[in-house]
Amino acid sequence: MRKLIGYAAVALALGCAAAQAQNSDGTIKIGVLNDMSGLYSDLSGQGSVAAARMAVEDFGAAAKGMKVEIVSADHQNKPDVGSNIARTWFDVDKVDVIVDVPTSSVALAVNEIAREKNKVFLVSGAAASDLTGPKCSPNTVHWTYDTWALANGTGKAMVKTGGDTWFFITADYAFGKALERDTAEVVVANGGKVLGSVRHPFPGTDFSSFLLQAQASKAKVIGLANAGGDTINSVKQAAEFGITQGGQNLAGLLVFITDVHALGLQTAQGLALTESFYWDQNDATRAFAKRFAPQFKNNMPTMVQAGVYAAVLHYLKAVEALKSDADGKAVVAKMKELPTDDPLFGKGTIRVDGRHLHDMYLFEVKKPSESKGPWDYYKLRATIPAAEAFRPLKDGGCPLVSG
Amino acid sequence: MFQIFGIPSQALFGQLLLGLINGSFYALLSLGLAVIFGMLNVINFTHGAQYMLGAFTAFFLLQYLGLGYWWAIVIAPIVVGIIGMIIERLFLKRLQNLDHLYGLLLTFGLALIIEGVFRNFFGSSGLPYAVPPSLQGGTNLGFMFLPNYRAWVVIFSLAVCLATWFLIERTKLGAYLRAATENPTLVRAFGINVPRLITVTYGVGVGLAALAGVMAAPIYNVSPQMGANLIIVVFAVVVIGGMGSIMGAIVTGFGLGLIEGLTKVFFPQAANTAIFVIMAIVLLVRPAGLFGRRI
Repeated sequence: MRKLIGYAAVALALGCAAAQAQNSDGTIKIGVLNDMSGLYSDLSGQGSVAAARMAVEDFGAAAKGMKVEIVSADHQNKPDVGSNIARTWFDVDKVDVIVDVPTSSVALAVNEIAREKNKVFLVSGAAASDLTGPKCSPNTVHWTYDTWALANGTGKAMVKTGGDTWFFITADYAFGKALERDTAEVVVANGGKVLGSVRHPFPGTDFSSFLLQAQASKAKVIGLANAGGDTINSVKQAAEFGITQGGQNLAGLLVFITDVHALGLQTAQGLALTESFYWDQNDATRAFAKRFAPQFKNNMPTMVQAGVYAAVLHYLKAVEALKSDADGKAVVAKMKELPTDDPLFGKGTIRVDGRHLHDMYLFEVKKPSESKGPWDYYKLRATIPAAEAFRPLKDGGCPLVSG
Repeated sequence: MFQIFGIPSQALFGQLLLGLINGSFYALLSLGLAVIFGMLNVINFTHGAQYMLGAFTAFFLLQYLGLGYWWAIVIAPIVVGIIGMIIERLFLKRLQNLDHLYGLLLTFGLALIIEGVFRNFFGSSGLPYAVPPSLQGGTNLGFMFLPNYRAWVVIFSLAVCLATWFLIERTKLGAYLRAATENPTLVRAFGINVPRLITVTYGVGVGLAALAGVMAAPIYNVSPQMGANLIIVVFAVVVIGGMGSIMGAIVTGFGLGLIEGLTKVFFPQAANTAIFVIMAIVLLVRPAGLFGRRI
């Protein structure tokens, strides 16, 4: 049905005569592949395309004589659709790098294609920690966050404040399962107990049945291992069924600022969540948000969109240093070699398994009385330093990590 | 406390009640579809978008005019119904004598356009809409906590369904309508304005969708794709009940809600699929649907 792919091509400036970078075909072609029309289109969508464009501008590609082009497409959260687009892009359209790709099932498929074709895959939207674990690839960099980091942030904080029995409401696909698995591990490791879980079809509309099962489990914490519209509906309906008044706590394991915006502070207040980026962190992030908003429905950028910006910026630096974008593996190796430095995530590094290391933050959603206006939603509860924020290299089971 | 298939009976009763609540949305939506198909022979794929328009109208009324839920439940169906009538007059009317497929394509296209426009302006995350103050809170039934709002949804939609059924099957106006479907030329000969009757019927069917949208706004996320997620299931309900059968739509709506509720307990992963499995079986055994007239 909706098989039309929206190609939004932005050709950026021909260079002057200075040292031209040697690229596969003279152009660095960036493909932004994500959900343009469904439940993840606000947290990624056209906003990610805008972020990629801003990265190209800030890098100054035109002034450096590099020709960069951005294309985008809608994978509709379907692995088959995403794989087809990725193959067409790599084989026919000469795309050099695919970025974003929320929905882990799609990202895992693209991960394999990028490896097979020796191109580059920069993950921002997808969460499954398998991308830097058993499925890690020399062609992939996982930038923004992953299920392990989310579990480690929100999960650990909840257990430490007394939430030691858990029940999971899980989206029935790769991401939900990975998030549930990683959180369960954190809960158990910190002395908690998992009482049960229920898997709901993705995407879902009515969560009352699952919430009731969670209520019946008498678990202190109900972990929502889902995202986007599914999380919004779960939180909204949990409020309706009086879950929190009954003494149970909700843990939104993956909540984006756009979800909080949709829920309204009245419903979302007090929710603890883990993110790697908040627009109101410092002058650099505020400046970015101010430039970003007019380009995407006056929304503030999500961490996924910020991750797209930072990853594209670093990719361009690596290509510049290498003077070529032809060999995907070599570009990613260069990205790992160069330290990362951008206005949104600060200084960081990319580990051998492809994981980008930066601080993660535990936020709490403000009460309506504490908020100064739209998008003023978070207060910082804790900063999780980069060294502790992500899964230790040895535990990932990544074949690239040798003894 | 006794157990049924390893599930405590109390939990089961709770799930059945929830199934009934979901069923009331299915019933209300499939009723509108059945009315439209029965009287106009149009397979109205715009129904999901019109349901979404109902929810958004409720949001606009609150946001820009300060009119709350009770106003919305009256105004939104009328506003969206009028939009429906305009669509009927401008487009559907011209397809009257053509194959069903044209109506289907037109309404499907309209649904995509409407949803696309809303997504462009309001994004996909949705907008907040609170439960009206008079229906907040809930009652502890012993086996589950029943929010007052959900109880209201079941009772109100049941009342609307029965009223619609009564209007079409038991009143003079309904008799005209049914007669106009069977033989429009003859009914016109009696001095009845058949085209206007058809326009109004489409408006009422669309109004029912908008009403369901207003009722859904406080409990489901008000987002442009809210209708698209639901409409496929509702079509399955209509097919199972029998295209065009009013009572069939109501009974299967509630019935399938119950069955889906049970699936969510015993095998949650299959909750979305169960209805389609039933649809396939019904189509094999009774191609005209459970309550449909044999073709």
